[in-house]
Amino acid sequence: MGKEGDRVQAAAASVAVIAASEGLDALLKLLQRGGYRTIGPKVRDGAVVLEDVSRADELPLGLIDDQQPGAYRLSQAKTPAYFDFTHGSQSWKRYLFPPKEKLWSAQKTNKGFEVQHDVDAPKYAFIGVRACELNAIAIQDKVFIEGDHVNTSYRERREKALIVALNCRRAGGTCFCASMNAGPKVERGYDLALTELTGKNGHSFLIEAGSEQGEKILAKLDARPATPADLKAAAKAVDQAAQSMGREMPKSARKILSKNLESAHWQDVAKRCLDCANCTLVCPTCFCNTTTDSTSLDGQNAERWRQWDSCFTLDFSYIHGGAIRREGSQRYRQWITHKLASWHEQFGVSGCVGCGRCITWCPVGIDITAEVRALAKGK
Amino acid sequence: MAAQKISAKPKLAVWKFSSCDGCQLSLLGCEDELLAVADRVEFAYFLEATRAQIKGPYDISLVEGSITTAEEEERIHKIRRQSKVLITIGACATAGGIQALKNFADVDEFIRTVYAHPEFIKTLQKSTAIADHVKVDMELRGCPIDKKQLLEVLGAYLIGRKPNLPDQSQCMECKLAGTVCVMVAKGQACLGPVTHAGCGNLCPSFDRGCYGCFGPKELPNTSALAARLGELGLDDKQRRDLFRTFNTAAAPFMKESLNYD
Repeated sequence: MGKEGDRVQAAAASVAVIAASEGLDALLKLLQRGGYRTIGPKVRDGAVVLEDVSRADELPLGLIDDQQPGAYRLSQAKTPAYFDFTHGSQSWKRYLFPPKEKLWSAQKTNKGFEVQHDVDAPKYAFIGVRACELNAIAIQDKVFIEGDHVNTSYRERREKALIVALNCRRAGGTCFCASMNAGPKVERGYDLALTELTGKNGHSFLIEAGSEQGEKILAKLDARPATPADLKAAAKAVDQAAQSMGREMPKSARKILSKNLESAHWQDVAKRCLDCANCTLVCPTCFCNTTTDSTSLDGQNAERWRQWDSCFTLDFSYIHGGAIRREGSQRYRQWITHKLASWHEQFGVSGCVGCGRCITWCPVGIDITAEVRALAKGK
Repeated sequence: MAAQKISAKPKLAVWKFSSCDGCQLSLLGCEDELLAVADRVEFAYFLEATRAQIKGPYDISLVEGSITTAEEEERIHKIRRQSKVLITIGACATAGGIQALKNFADVDEFIRTVYAHPEFIKTLQKSTAIADHVKVDMELRGCPIDKKQLLEVLGAYLIGRKPNLPDQSQCMECKLAGTVCVMVAKGQACLGPVTHAGCGNLCPSFDRGCYGCFGPKELPNTSALAARLGELGLDDKQRRDLFRTFNTAAAPFMKESLNYD
C-alpha cells in the first residue's frame, strides 16, 4: 500500500492532511479505543453544547452561529464545514472544573465516622478546543494547579486530558481574542491541532501534532503529507478569522479600569446589569466556587460538595455582619476589575481571553469591551 | 420504650390557609423519602395525611396559604404561639399567592359578579403573606415548593445545621445544569434573571422561559429585565402579566407590574 510510506512521512513532519468525515471518525475511534471519553460540539436546544461525541456525524456539520450582545442564533452555512460555528455558552471548564463536584462523604459508624473521598476523573479527549479556550485552560491551570493550594481533582482530570485543538476560520460577532493575544491561531498546549479546509480540493483537515502523544496518534491515522498549498490555505483561513473579529478590547484596559474605580459609570452599568451571574458562569476562566454541606434525613450520611459560585451574588461577599458588596455597581466593578486588571497582579496574566461569551450570554447584552471604552471616556 | 422513642421525635404540624394544597402535597409527594421523614418526625397535625390530631406546642410548623379572611388573621397568631419554628411553604404563604391578584382590583365588585349570594362571602380586601402578620423563621419559595428544598430544610433542622437555600438567580441553576438560555438562544421571555433559584430550572429545561414561580431573587433588577423584554417584542400588557402571576404581591414584582399597568 502506497499509503504506508505517506503515513511515515506525515508523522515525521508532524503535519498532515486527513479526509474530513472519515478522518474525524478514525480519530474519534482511535481515541475511544485508547480509553478516552471523547467530548465535542453538538447541537442541543438551538445552541452548540459540549457533550459526548462518538462519531463525526454527530458534529454540527454546516451550521454557523450569529452572536450579538444578548443574542445567539444558529443557521445553515453556505459551505458545509464541521467547525465554522464559533462556540456556545459552555466551555471546557464544564469538564475540567465541573459545576458540581462531591469532595467527600462521611458515613456514621459505631466508632465515629468514616470519610470517603472519591475523585471523578475520566480520561477525556476534547475535540475542537479553540485558541481562546486553550488560553483559558492555561489560566485555570495557574489558578488550580500552579498556586499554593492545588485543586487535586482538577489536576487529575487535566493531566489525563487529551486536547484536539482547532484553528478558527471565522470569528463570531462577539469574539475579540485577537485583541487579547489569545487567538484565533492555537499556539501551544495541545496534543493535536486541526484546521478545516474546504474548497476545490475537497473537504479535509490539516492536522498538526503538538505533543509526543499527538505524534503517536497522528502516526496511526490514514493521512497524506501536507503540501505547501495546504499550509497556505490553512494560514489564510486563520487570517480570515483574525480579520473578522466582531469586537476589540482596548489595549490599555487594565490601566483604564485601575484609574476609574470611582467612576460614575458604575452606576450606569448597575442600572442595566441583572446581577444574574450568567457572565461569570459562561466565562471559561472564572473559577470562584463555594462549598455546601448536606446530610441525609437519618443523620447517617454527610456530604461536602463544591459548586460554581459568582461574585454577583450577595452571599459571595458575605462576612460577619453582612455582604460587603451590596450595590450592583460594586459587584459589576468587582468582576470586571478582577478579570481585566487585578488578575494580572494575582496571576501574571489577564483573566480574559476574548471569547465574548459574557457578551453573548448576558440576557441584557452588556458588552465588556464597550464598558471599558465607556469608562475610558469617563462617561 | 416505644412511647419514649416517639416523644423524642420533633412534632411537625402542617397548616393550611388560602391555598390549593399543592405545597402540602409536595410533602406527600416525597414518596421515597417520606418514610425516612416519618421515622424522624411525628406528624402531629397534617390533615392531608392523617386524621390524627395531636395538641401543640409544635416543634416545626409548616404553613401553607395566604391570609384572606379575618378568621385566618386570628388563626395564624394562635399557630405562631404554639410553634417553636414556623416555616412558610410556597408562593401563597410567602407572597400572597395568585389570589393576591385581587389586591389590584375591586373585591366587592368581584364578589357581586361571581357569587349568587354575595352576602355569604366574607373576605379581606387583600391577600397577604404570613410574614405580614407574624414572625416567620424561614420561607420556602415556589408554586409549588420544591420537594428537595423541603427535605433540605427538614434534614437541616433535624441535624441542627443551616439549610442551604441560596437567594441567587434562576440563571445560576440553568448554567450549572448546562441548560441552554432560552432568552439568548431563542428570544423567549424569561423571568429567570430576577427569579429566586430553587426549582431546579424546571421550565427552561423544557424549553420554556421561567414564569417566576419562586418569586424575586435577592436585589432583583426587574426594570432592566422588563426593558429587555420590551426589546424582545413584549408589549406593556405582556410585561405586566408576566410579573403578575403567583408572586404578584411580592414587592419587586408588584412594583414592576404597576410600571406597565
